[in-house]
Amino acid sequence: MEAHKLTLQGRGLACVRSGRPVFSGLDFSLHSGQALVLRGPNGSGKSTLLRLVAGLLVPAAGSILWSDASIAEDPDEYRANIHYLGHQTGLKTALTVAENIAFWAQLYGVEAAVEESCARLGLARIADLPVKYLSQGQQRRTALARLVAMPLPLWLLDEPNVGLDDFSNKVLQDLMAEHLASGGMIMAATHTELGIAHAAVLNLPGGSMQNSGAR
Amino acid sequence: MAFFALIGREVRLAWRQGNSSAMAVTFFLVAVTLFPLGIGPELSVLARISAGVIWVAALLSALLTLDRLFQQDFEDGSLDLLALAPMPMELIVLAKSIAHWLTTGLPLVVAAPLLAVLLNMDSGGLGILMLSLAIGTPALSLTGAIGAALTVTVRRGGVLMPLLILPLYVPTLIFGVGAVDAVLNNIVAGPNLLYLGALSLVALALAPFAAAAAIRLALE
Amino acid sequence: MMHRFANPTRFVRLADRMLPWLFIVTLGSFAVGLYMALITSPPDYQQGDSVRIMYVHAPSAWMGLFGYMVLAGASFASLVWRHPLADAAAKASAPIGAAFTGLALLTGSLWGQPMWGTWWVWDARLTSMLVLFFLYLGYMALWSAIEDRQKASKAAAILALVGAINVPIIKFSVDWWNTLHQPASIMRQGGPSMDSAMLWPLGIMFVAFNAYYAMVLMWRIKAELAARKIETLRYNQAARQEGPAARQEGPAARQEGQAVLEEGS
Repeated sequence: MEAHKLTLQGRGLACVRSGRPVFSGLDFSLHSGQALVLRGPNGSGKSTLLRLVAGLLVPAAGSILWSDASIAEDPDEYRANIHYLGHQTGLKTALTVAENIAFWAQLYGVEAAVEESCARLGLARIADLPVKYLSQGQQRRTALARLVAMPLPLWLLDEPNVGLDDFSNKVLQDLMAEHLASGGMIMAATHTELGIAHAAVLNLPGGSMQNSGAR
Repeated sequence: MAFFALIGREVRLAWRQGNSSAMAVTFFLVAVTLFPLGIGPELSVLARISAGVIWVAALLSALLTLDRLFQQDFEDGSLDLLALAPMPMELIVLAKSIAHWLTTGLPLVVAAPLLAVLLNMDSGGLGILMLSLAIGTPALSLTGAIGAALTVTVRRGGVLMPLLILPLYVPTLIFGVGAVDAVLNNIVAGPNLLYLGALSLVALALAPFAAAAAIRLALE
Repeated sequence: MMHRFANPTRFVRLADRMLPWLFIVTLGSFAVGLYMALITSPPDYQQGDSVRIMYVHAPSAWMGLFGYMVLAGASFASLVWRHPLADAAAKASAPIGAAFTGLALLTGSLWGQPMWGTWWVWDARLTSMLVLFFLYLGYMALWSAIEDRQKASKAAAILALVGAINVPIIKFSVDWWNTLHQPASIMRQGGPSMDSAMLWPLGIMFVAFNAYYAMVLMWRIKAELAARKIETLRYNQAARQEGPAARQEGPAARQEGQAVLEEGS
């Protein structure tokens, strides 16, 4: 991927939702080839932090830096670096697998590697089927195929392994490992093990960042 | 390119998912049919009210299909992804409004002459009816996008949206009907059409900003 | 959080000082204005005593429009400067403005009855007021439909601005639609044409209505600010209860007093 080293930093982040403080004074940092796993009980603000980093939310205090420049300065430019995968897949059930994948790439103005990504995720035989006929695991994989079809450096994953069968989970782990090996970054919220080797862990609440050797 | 890709996707979705165009046109037909049944079949009365009835029905059928403009994307998560795409939300709103017009406004323009005949409108008014609808309905789609964006997180948004948007449709209705009635009464329709066009242009210039602000707010 | 209440606090202090005076002005001007309007002012040579409805109708119509101007101005301030006071002012202005607009519609209908022989005439000014009334209703409905107060205030502010842009357009289109309306007789070009015996009570009634509006607006803003304070206190109360529990469950909670609530988004 990019030759130079990319970094993502959060400094003194605070978030208030509906008048309630979710977290405050949160710091983190992440660089090329590194993964950061967000942990914490329900409601500790894992999803909120991901949405903050995605730029969907504005922090009540603090700033997020992408390669040392605040993301608020040029949000359009920054957004072109992110893949976000939330609880919902964002798939259109009336469109085929291939159409779904191709659309997002078109929106980013790039040529999508639709066939390769379908093959990679075991969707090649059902690429021309409308998504509504797919099982839940297949739908989640279609959503993941979007990340493969169009390489972007920063992946923001909100519980990416929910609803995945063993095969899909294995594929997800391989994809994440490859992404990191090629210099990508991952920030993922999870309740369970994601199977990323050498991931830093950010525990919410408290916002204390600790480096756990093997995950 | 991305802009047209989004329009293409919207049109394709409208076409595949229960075909909202057909629904809008059918609603248009049924709504207009109610008027002769309610008022009586007297041809001169029908001819007198035809332009107004057709415009009101067009307005309602545009409204009927608007509440899902952003809501579906919001529910399945694609609105998040659209907001994250390197494309300003204003352009996304514009693309979706254009797609809405292509899938509902345009079919209404095409179906209008049939209704004009049912209501005994003078055949001299058919052309101006189509023209006024073609010029005025973009304002309906664009202004309606504001209401759809404001109510995207509201559970009963389908009821609230008409309350927000219908008062804003008043000028479009007045100038649209005014143009048709002017021609039917052998008066020049120019000023009405100009104002109608101005309304659509103002909506084109301002509505995407208002709706985009509302969408960003909804995603927060 | 507290710095955000600094300005509202100053507002409340100012309002507390002004409210008694406003109350006196309102009461006094209503007493004088109504006495003059109902008793000393002459009946119209055409409309007779029913012209006295004008002393309520005209100020109500003006206040209905003025209320929307305040609403839109405050909404603009709340969107641009994110000022919590502007936010409260916009919300507080809506029901008052709507009530005045409703009163204008009602008195307009009463006033028209002897003139036109019917309770409602699609006169351009009344029709515009009716659409304005609907704009108010939509604004208030949107406020009540969105639960999150901050989101509701921003969404309503966007709607108010869209409405404000549309008010003159609607007015123009309705005038266009109905060019047969009575010419406005108060602010006629070239100066007021009314007799001073009618102009004086009308002027005093305008003062009374404006003072009343200012007074109720301040009351409502105060009530709104108090409601928000209570809301914040309740959230804090819940947060204090939740804090220790969350710390027990969380594996590596370190800092004290980290309020942790509700899954985001």
